[in-house]
Formats: sequence, C-alpha cells, structure tokens
Amino acid sequence: MSEDILRHRYTDGRPNLRRFHQARWDEPIIFELSREGQRGILVPEVEPGIRERVGDVLGVLPEKMRRKKPPALPELAQPQVLRHYVRLSQENLGTDLNIDVGQGTCTMKYSPKINDQLARSPKVTELHPLQPEETVQGILEVMYRFEQILKEISGMDRFSLQPGAGSAAIYTNASIIRAYHRMRGEQDQRDEIITTIFSHPSNAACARTAGFKIITLYPDEDGYPDLEALKAVVSERTAGLMITNPEDTGIYNPRIAEFVRVVHDAGGLCAYDQANANGILGITRARDAGFDLCHFNLHKTFSTPHGCGGPGAGVVGATEELVRFLPVPLVEFDGQRYYLDYDRPDSIGKIRPFYGNVSVILKAYAWVMSLGAEGLRQVAEIAVLNNNYLLHKMLEIPGVSAPYARGKHRIEQVRYSWQGLTEETGVHSEQIGLRAADFGVHYWTSHHPWIVPEPCTLEPTESYTKDELDEYVAILAHVAEEARTDPEKVRTAPHNSTIHTIDHAPLDDPSRWAMTWRAYRRKVEGKGEA
Amino acid sequence: MRRRLGLIVNPVAGLGGRVGLKGSDGPEVQKRALELGAVPQAVDRAARAVERLRSVPDLEILTYPHEMGADAVRQIGLEPVVIGAVVPGHTTAADTRRAAQEMRDREVELLLFAGGDGTARDIYEAIGLDLPVLGIPAGVKIHSAVFATNPRNAGDLAALYLQGQVEGLREAEVMDIDEEAVRQGIVSARLAGYLKIPYRTNWVQSAKVAQSSEEASLASLAYDVVEKMKAGWFYILGPGTTVRAIADELGISKTLIGVDVVRIVDDPEATNGEGRRAEVVIADASEAQLLSLLQQVGTRQVQIVVTLIGGQGCLFGRGNQPISPRVLEQVGKENIIVVSTPEKLYSLGNQPLWVDTGDPTVDQMLCGYIQVVTGYHERAVRKVVC
Repeated sequence: MSEDILRHRYTDGRPNLRRFHQARWDEPIIFELSREGQRGILVPEVEPGIRERVGDVLGVLPEKMRRKKPPALPELAQPQVLRHYVRLSQENLGTDLNIDVGQGTCTMKYSPKINDQLARSPKVTELHPLQPEETVQGILEVMYRFEQILKEISGMDRFSLQPGAGSAAIYTNASIIRAYHRMRGEQDQRDEIITTIFSHPSNAACARTAGFKIITLYPDEDGYPDLEALKAVVSERTAGLMITNPEDTGIYNPRIAEFVRVVHDAGGLCAYDQANANGILGITRARDAGFDLCHFNLHKTFSTPHGCGGPGAGVVGATEELVRFLPVPLVEFDGQRYYLDYDRPDSIGKIRPFYGNVSVILKAYAWVMSLGAEGLRQVAEIAVLNNNYLLHKMLEIPGVSAPYARGKHRIEQVRYSWQGLTEETGVHSEQIGLRAADFGVHYWTSHHPWIVPEPCTLEPTESYTKDELDEYVAILAHVAEEARTDPEKVRTAPHNSTIHTIDHAPLDDPSRWAMTWRAYRRKVEGKGEA
Repeated sequence: MRRRLGLIVNPVAGLGGRVGLKGSDGPEVQKRALELGAVPQAVDRAARAVERLRSVPDLEILTYPHEMGADAVRQIGLEPVVIGAVVPGHTTAADTRRAAQEMRDREVELLLFAGGDGTARDIYEAIGLDLPVLGIPAGVKIHSAVFATNPRNAGDLAALYLQGQVEGLREAEVMDIDEEAVRQGIVSARLAGYLKIPYRTNWVQSAKVAQSSEEASLASLAYDVVEKMKAGWFYILGPGTTVRAIADELGISKTLIGVDVVRIVDDPEATNGEGRRAEVVIADASEAQLLSLLQQVGTRQVQIVVTLIGGQGCLFGRGNQPISPRVLEQVGKENIIVVSTPEKLYSLGNQPLWVDTGDPTVDQMLCGYIQVVTGYHERAVRKVVC
C-alpha cells in the first residue's frame, strides 16, 4: 500500500487535504442495458371472477386513446435497476456527500431526513388532488397554517402556495403587476419593468415572458444598485420594480426603502425576489421595506431541498390591495373546516394545476415548526456569520477578490473573482472548480454570461461547521497554489473524478441537445423515429 | 491533421512606450527610442505566446525571418517554416503587410501577430477580413479590440482555435490613434477597420454552436431599433458591427467604419418592415455633410444611432468623429439611440461610459444616465461621464 494511502488525515491534530477518489463506473444509459424478456415484476393474471365483472379493460378505453404499440421502456430485473442507479449516485457530488458551499445562490443547506420521511408517508403520497375537501382536511390545514407562518415572516397579507418553482413565482409577480395596471386602465402605458443586473436573471426573463419591456440598472461606483440611475428611468411607463436583495453578489442594497419609494411615487409596484432569504429570515421583512409582492423558494431557504430539478415551490405573498389577483384557489378556513376558494373573479388564474407541490409545502412546514421563530432568526445569523468568515478566509488566498462594495460585509453569499490568479497563471475559474472536484467538493462559477470576471459563487448557509469551511478554503488555497507551481495539473483536472471534461457545446445548440433517449437516438446517433 | 499557424512580429512595436514617446510609428521615432535606451520587447512577448502552443499536435508555424518571427519561435526551441526575406534590423510596415498577404496565400488557419495598433492597422490593410487573426499585445498603443489581454492568453486562445475549440469568430475594431497628435496632447482616435478574431465566452466551452449568444443579441437589438423607426425620419448610423446589424435588418449596406445616413420611407410594396423601407441618403458622411443635411431637413426628424467604440466604453469622440459636437448639439440627447450587446456592456463592469467630443458644453449635455438598447424590449441604464 502506498505511503500516501497510509498517511493519516490528521497531523498533530490538524487536517490534511482529503485523498479523495470518486467512483467511476462508465455506466451505460439504462436503455442500453435493456434486454428483451428481462423483467422486474411479473404481474399476476386477473382472477376469473374479476375478469367476469370488469370485462376487457382495454375495451373500456376509447380506441383513439390506446397506444398502437407498447411503450419502448427498458426491460431489466430489479437488482440490475438497483445497481444501475446506485452506481450513478456514486458518480455524483451531492449535498449529502460533499461540503456543498460551492453552489452559491442555491442555498444548499441540510434538509432533515425526517421531513422527507413525513412527505413519503402514504398519508401524503396516496392523496389525490381531486378528492373531496372533507377527506383532505389534514393537508389543507397544513397549507393554511403554513400560509400564516409565511405572512408573519414577510409581513404580507396573503400567500399563494401554487407556483412550482422560483421562476413560476416571479412570473406570477409579473402577471399580478400587469393585472393591477389593467384594472386601473394603465396596462398599455405601463409596460416597463426595472431590475438590476445582479438580481436573479429570472426577474428580467419572466417579466419579458409576461410581455414587459426590461430596463436593467448597473451598480454605481461603490458597487451598490444605483439609485440615481433608477431616478433617471422611472416614469409614467414604469409598471414595477422586480429585484433581488441581497443581490447575487451577496451585497445588500442599503437604500432599498428609497428604491421602493421612488417607484411607488412613479405609480409602479415593487416585487421582492426573496427566493433566497437565508440571510434575512427574522431580520428584515418585505412588507417593512414597502414591497407590494414577494416570493420565497421553499427549496432554497426552507430546506425542502434544492436540486435535481424539483419538485420545488415558489410561494407568492401580496399586500391586501393585490390579494384579489393571486392565483386560484386560496386555502380558506371558516372556523370549522378548511376549503379551497375558487370564487376570485380578479385572479390571474392558475400558474400550474391544482394547489402547489404539497409534499414540498409539508416539508417546509415541518422545517419551520422544528425551528420556531427564534430558530429561524438563528438560521439567518449563522448563515451570515459563516459567509463573512468564509469571505475573510477566501480573501487571504492570493489572486482572489470580491468585486463591488469592496471591504464591506456581505449577507449570505459572495461572488468572488479569480481574475488576479488568472492573469498571473493563465488558469481559469472553471479549471479551479474541476480541480476542486479531485478533493471531493463541488464548485460553481456564475450564470452566463459572466459579469464578474473569472467568477466563483460560494454560499455556506447555516449547515456547515467551521472545520468544514476551513477544509473548503484549504482546498481552494491548495488549488490556487498548484496553479502557480504546476498549472498543467489544474488545467487538465479532474484526475480523481468521474469523468474528465464534457463538451458543453451541445447544451447550447438546439440541433444537438438531447433531453431524452429518443432525442439522443435521433439527433446524436441518427437513428429512430422523429 | 496538420495545423498551420502564421506568426508576424513587429520587432519595433513598443519601443517608444517606456521612453515616453507615446508610440513607435516611423523610423525616426524608432531611432530616437533606441537612442533613449529602449529595449525591444516584441520578440520576447511573441515567444511567450508561442510557448503556449507547444501542446497543439502536428502544428506548423509559418513565419518571416529573424526578428519578424523566426527568432521568437527558435527562442523556445521550436523550428518554424520561414518564408520571405527582410533586412535584419531594418524591417518596415511594408514587410508586415507583405508577410500577412503571403501567409494568407499559403492558407494559414490563424495569423498571430505581435505588435500594437499600428501593426493591427497594417494587417487590416493587407488582408482585411480574409483570415482570422489574433494580436499579442506588444505595442505602446493597444486601443484595438483585436488583442488578447496578455501574450499567454493570446497563445492559449490560438491553441484552442487551432483545435476547433472556440465558439466562432467576431469582427473586432482596429483603432488608429494619431501619434503625432498625442505627442501634442490631443487624443484623436479613428476607427481604421475590422479584423476577424476567435471568440470564446468561457474557457472550457468548445466547438461551434449554431448561433452564439452575441449574434442572437445583435439580431434582437436590431429588431427593436428598426421597429421604432418612423417613416419620413432620417437616421445617422454610426460605425461598427453592432450598428451594421441594424443596417442589415433595414436591408441596406453600411459603411462599416464610417457614418451613414438613411431615411425611412413609406413603401406599400416593401416586403419587410411593414410598408416601410430604408434608403441610403449619404454613405460615409463627413461632418460637413451631416451639418448640411441638418440645415436642409431641420432637426426634428433626425436621430443618431451609435454603439460603444473600442471596448472601453466610449460613446462619442473616438472613431465616430463625423458625429461632431455641432451635430450632437443640433440633434439633441433625446434623439440619440445607443445600442450595445449585453456581452459588451458586461465587459465594462460598473465602469461608466464616457464622451470626449472636444466640446465641453456638448460633453456636459451628454453626461448623466443613458439607456442602452441591449435587445428586443431590453435596455440597460448606464452612467455617462466626461
């Protein structure tokens, strides 16, 4: 056994860098594993008595709704399926495995497993959204109570739990702003939404989707959202302000109340993107800053958890004046029973079917109830403390900077820049991230296109210990040192991870991207039906 | 597959910088620089870039003799294919132009050159947009957008390009600053032309995509501007590829480095533009022609469309001089439409845009905040300083 393997991870009580090596299975796609005739379950023949009563089940289905041939599902036995997915899971750097502070803006916190167990209970999974209200009083009560909690956290008057994602919530906000101006007869005149360049880009994108023109503010010389720029562009065309605060840089806009006032004076509404509210829970409230609308991503701040494409929930809060526009239905309580209220003529309608992702709402409710009001505030305090500790440690690495609002504290995350290191060594941020994977940690740069050069966005949340933060920084410091002494090693990383690098180009190219096996066969292999 | 790279070094580039001569154009200045103790740097800088190309398999480097390229390649222990002939110690701009043409004729895939704005201008005059090029910054004046940020990055980007790992090519400005004027304390930049350079938005992305995001932004912002153009109005179109995208949308051809004037006219027969079409009134207009137009048509129905010039956030005063202070004064700030792709704005960070028209009153008028069209129904607000 090599000396390297035998070396203990601690020397004189101090940790050494982890000697990590990820599993590499070279696992085929499940469709390629399929062999005709293999099966996981043998479904028993229908008993004669039942067959006599029911008749030919297929015959009940209208002709045009029947498939002409069976679906092309892979044919595998249970143990092969299990091994396949366990292998795939070993090729991930998921949040249960790594110090997941490198996925800034995503709020990768610990999601207690017991909450998942609750949501997986048949009491939840066996519910059907079309069941009569009197048979689903329990989950309606959870939704109603959770709404009361959200009202307290934000100061808003009512919430819709319906939107299934952050962008769905932002689209809801934009739709409500549009409905408000339409009711006042100003929808043609007020067609501009103002946002900032470091707000989450969904604010611009969803408002555009809802039909608005977008005006984007850049930071002032100090790195804060530019109030004078806002004053220069508000007008009788302003429909609203849709912004994130703190922004993706972790910078909190100290003039936020003034921003809201300027837009209100011009006749616009203000929507607060609180998708990530992890640094301000129990400290600031959207209502207190004067906002008319806000939303939270339960899969970020409320631990339900984030990742793997869902399910998510983006709950939307409104002030009394705008409650009439919230999506239908709202959950009501008449003192005796809970019910769904569809009789809302001014509602913008539905953002998605039914009432929201109830399993997500249940997990968020469980998370809040286990913490209490004091606990929620502590979450924010620890998240901010962790972040500023990490900021301090990161800035000790030569070649790292935190552009904009230099020298100031940040809230819950920081968008760093490796530009100094890149200029010195030619090693780029993405290469640093790939090398960091060799030590078992995940790392993210920024949305594209990059505004901060050579970016990396870290958000430690409340879930990591000081030792873990120290380990993460030690890994990045080590990689930065390697960039100086052995840049080729960083440039060709990862060496101990699943695969080396992948070709990103097809992800941007509609003629080559393949989200399904059928699309892959058609576009990449040139086989199969269109 | 054999990959063929061309390399041209302007050995005197950068000579004037450290000895305070603001440039190195012309043999007299070069001689004076050497007398003042200037040490040639271009060969070393070129060598630093070529060093990064070692990893490219089966690479053939085509270059000119001695200090015009061969020295730099041999300095790092590689052996180039040497073509042409020069008199060592006495190379000229004509040598640069001839070398560029010969390398084009020998079908190099990419031409790497070490020099400054003057060298870029020589290469542009020799080969225009025939061939992708990339500048290794080695000169005193680096105002053109055709240079990598440092020699090493030039080498890295060239290596990626030769291995088919960049997204595509873009046309970048070649700026030409009058050195003599700078020595007198006047900065006067003109847009000399465009060269085609490799383009990447991020390091590990590779291969060509159907349409880069910047191309999509260009089409989208052009559509926005054209949609708002009014029949009977005149539009003064400034230089640059961004404004050219608007001309493309209008279906007219545009002087890339000059200022053109178009007029929108009603035309029920027009197949696009909803019953309107554009006609070119003045191509490559001078200041006098613009002023005379304003005198004829008045200023009520005239707008100016410009983009940022030179990658440093300049709005007026560099590269678009025909749109002079007097023209700007008459047309007015409210009739100026500024366009830019978001990518170009991002590269400025929170650094403000600036104007330097030569007339403090007009500069003052242009200061404050201005909306920049960045896409269809999308604008950015940027501060303008003078």
